[in-house]
Amino acid sequence: MKEFVEGSHAVAEVVRLCKPGVISAYPITPQTHIVEDLAQFVSDGKLAAQTVNVESEHSAASVVLGASATGVRSYTATSSQGLFYMFEVLFNIAGMRLPVVMTCAARAISAPINIWNDQQDAVSLRDSGWIQLHAEDIQEAVDLHLIAYKLAENKSIMLPVMVCMDGFILTHGIETVDIPEQTMVDNFLPPYIAPYKLDPAAPVTMGPLVDPEYYMETRYALQETQKKVLDMLPQITAEFAKTFGRKYNGLVEGYHLEGAEKVIVAIGSVCGTIKEVIDEARAKGKKIGLLKVSCLRPFPAQQIYDALKGASKVAVIDRALSLGSTAPLASEVKAAFFGKKKAPSVISSFVVGLGGRDITKDSIREVIKLLNGRERNGEFIDLKPELLKESYE
Amino acid sequence: MNKNLFVSGHTACAGCGQSLAARLVIDASGPNTIVVNNTGCLEVFSTKYPESAWEVPFIHSLFENCAAVASGVESALKFMGKKDGINIIAQAGDGGTADIGLQALSGMLERGHDILYVCYDNEAYMNTGVQRSGLTPFDSNTTTSPSGKQSFGNLRPKKALPEIAVAHGIPYVATASVAFPQDIQRKVKKAFSIKGPKYMQIHVPCPLGWRHDSGLTLTVAKSAVETGLYPLFEYENGQLSAVRKLAQAKPVEEYLKMQGRFKHLTGAAEEIKKIQEIADNNVRKYGLRDQVSGN
Repeated sequence: MKEFVEGSHAVAEVVRLCKPGVISAYPITPQTHIVEDLAQFVSDGKLAAQTVNVESEHSAASVVLGASATGVRSYTATSSQGLFYMFEVLFNIAGMRLPVVMTCAARAISAPINIWNDQQDAVSLRDSGWIQLHAEDIQEAVDLHLIAYKLAENKSIMLPVMVCMDGFILTHGIETVDIPEQTMVDNFLPPYIAPYKLDPAAPVTMGPLVDPEYYMETRYALQETQKKVLDMLPQITAEFAKTFGRKYNGLVEGYHLEGAEKVIVAIGSVCGTIKEVIDEARAKGKKIGLLKVSCLRPFPAQQIYDALKGASKVAVIDRALSLGSTAPLASEVKAAFFGKKKAPSVISSFVVGLGGRDITKDSIREVIKLLNGRERNGEFIDLKPELLKESYE
Repeated sequence: MNKNLFVSGHTACAGCGQSLAARLVIDASGPNTIVVNNTGCLEVFSTKYPESAWEVPFIHSLFENCAAVASGVESALKFMGKKDGINIIAQAGDGGTADIGLQALSGMLERGHDILYVCYDNEAYMNTGVQRSGLTPFDSNTTTSPSGKQSFGNLRPKKALPEIAVAHGIPYVATASVAFPQDIQRKVKKAFSIKGPKYMQIHVPCPLGWRHDSGLTLTVAKSAVETGLYPLFEYENGQLSAVRKLAQAKPVEEYLKMQGRFKHLTGAAEEIKKIQEIADNNVRKYGLRDQVSGN
């Protein structure tokens, strides 16, 4: 049913339809509306989950870890500092192969404290073992939660999934969203049956001490499974399209890539702005396209190579940094071309919209303009020069 | 019990008080138990892959989160309608409980989960090499509170963790000692007869960390109780409901002189007097000598 709703409410609705048994979260802006709505659903008898109001994000992640290990579909949501406070638990959940699904309302990282949107929080978790999916708009955020549970609980995957949606822009934005019917969701996402769980009828030991004789193989298995997701995710999105009628590639999506000489690569809600600029440029006959990266982990390097190999100039937009090095997405896009015969002559890297700095169409036009010149490495867009003159006496 | 649920073959040190107490606890709880364990000696010596000493479902996640993981286990069982008849134990050492795990423990107690939390108190971070914790006793010589020309070791007395647990308004709090096995098992069974969060703290000597002969574990543990340094008590619904009475509190020197961690106190009468005051205060505070019974 189509509703004109806030992103957080839409996500809460779809999480309710996924029927998690345990929900645990700790409040942090801009994630709060999601878990408030879920709490209300439980209070109103619309959702039969146990909600655990914990004293920290570390415990929120630990509660869903324990619940998932007991064989129950579990959900949490967080943002920014909260995600970082979960840091070691998140690696633990992935290492224990527990199919938890989390919403990350992507937000900047302190210091200085800033509650607004960029993607530094999520991107910093890229080595954790979690599958990481990014939404462009609220509809995609809704749909990715269904896809996330389906993928996480696949017996050949069994990995946690983080669904990232840009804080405020998507969590607090309002769009017309198709919230699926429960029967369709039930068909697509059957009840979770855990292949291993804590059950006195069949005792298992989970989380043992693993010494150098065995440890490396556990990490290898994680890495191999991450690779397998690159095949599995498009299969699941194809099944999703059959059930719900909305098509996603899941890994990467091109926009006007046909004959594109210049291509912008980006993640998340900024893709909407980029599409508008591309529409305008195409109307003037300029051959510009967009490659949206929907899945940051596993990183779809081959798909990115295939999509960009015909372009002459590529601009990679990062909304996060790897301080002291090349911006994260740019770094990985460049690596996808290493040693390949076909490659763009320029892969320029741009950093935009940190800490909620608005990304306007002019910001994107500036990126396109700079793409005509020399290769840029982590060029900041929309900096205020007057603020850079301050110094300590 | 007809069957041990914590079986032999694990790699605990000779004379380990914690391994003995852990077996007593799980055997008293029975096979319908799920154990959630913090990182620490117990998890390390009992679950070295591909072996496990646990005959019940067991999960270890991290150093500080067993109370939260157990909260998730309990919530999942409640969701499935399977909580009745299944006991949940969250267990950890003193560092994992009193220091790094205190926040998660407080959350678990405050939220009212039906879980028994067991702290095996060997009074320092033994797994990492005897560093002080919030439950290390006054004047104890550890690797991070070493005695020296200007120090008698640990500067502060033990954190009053049982009282902190009581302050959460939970129905049952008890201390116990590995020297009194039936008492441990009675308290575990009593705890599981009560719904809600329960906290137990069991004194478990560590021969390596305390530097006593591995054959003296129970003797040392018993001495801690008999001197009043480790009072055994129970709180029910916030009220002190039972204590292990002492016919006569023995002088603390008897307890201290058995252990290398207090060896530097030999001849330090002033320091021993301070420790005697801690014991005397326990005797008064918990009424250890009032109306002495045969308990």
